[in-house]
Amino acid sequence: MKAHLSRRYHLAASHRLHAATYTDEQNRAVFGKCNNPHGHGHNYTIEITVSGSVDPVTGMVCNLADLDAFAQTNLLDPFDHQNLNTLFAFQRTVPSTENLSLEVHRIFESFPHAHLERVRIEETANNSFDYSGPALS
Amino acid sequence: MSMIHLTRKADFSSAHFYWVDAWTPEENQRVFGKCANRNGHGHNYTIEVTVAGEIDPISGFVVDLKLLKDILEREVVSVYDHRHLNLEVPEFATRVPTTENMAISIWQRLQGKIPNATLHRVRIYETPDLFADFYGEGLPQEAK
Repeated sequence: MKAHLSRRYHLAASHRLHAATYTDEQNRAVFGKCNNPHGHGHNYTIEITVSGSVDPVTGMVCNLADLDAFAQTNLLDPFDHQNLNTLFAFQRTVPSTENLSLEVHRIFESFPHAHLERVRIEETANNSFDYSGPALS
Repeated sequence: MSMIHLTRKADFSSAHFYWVDAWTPEENQRVFGKCANRNGHGHNYTIEVTVAGEIDPISGFVVDLKLLKDILEREVVSVYDHRHLNLEVPEFATRVPTTENMAISIWQRLQGKIPNATLHRVRIYETPDLFADFYGEGLPQEAK
């Protein structure tokens, strides 16, 4: 039987929304206060949903310890308490939460023990973003 | 007619531990870690049961919420609340009471019990940061 398992991780990071191809004026117009020159930060909640058959012996989709260890190494260690603009992943793209969702999805797609269903990121209690991978065409 | 999804929450608190009798204590410890502590531990669980159905043209309901609340109470909460799942709930005598298996067991307890609506999803939170969803996928057809 197939079930979905979701785990929420918490990280704090700073960012500045600024597109290199825009003028300063365009950046201010599009990004507003998110374009302030020295950045700002959020407490992000990253919700990872994986799916798979429930192992008939262990009762698990995957071992939570494996998922937590993967998240620690590949998500929390590289992203927590960092300035997202300085990270390799955001050298060519704006570190919006949409783009962060894509990056986190790319990372967890390589989790070997279950199928990634969805990444949800809550930037604040009022803003959240879901990404389930590229649309099938 | 309009199909609506309706979700009702309920809470209960239970004790459990993870253990496979066919394994050695060392294997249980390796796979389940501190969850294999034989004295057990507990959680405050929250379940969300989502049903799907048509809106009754007269009452405006998909299902009477009080009735749904009573069904959750009778079928699940009264059986699981303030109990040791491994020792006191029949399905977990032979099935490890993981969050995933609890979602499946709650689905099996509720299926066919809710009039005029179809069970759509059972979600169970073990903590605010860990939850499992079951949509009935993979159940034997006659049991679904």
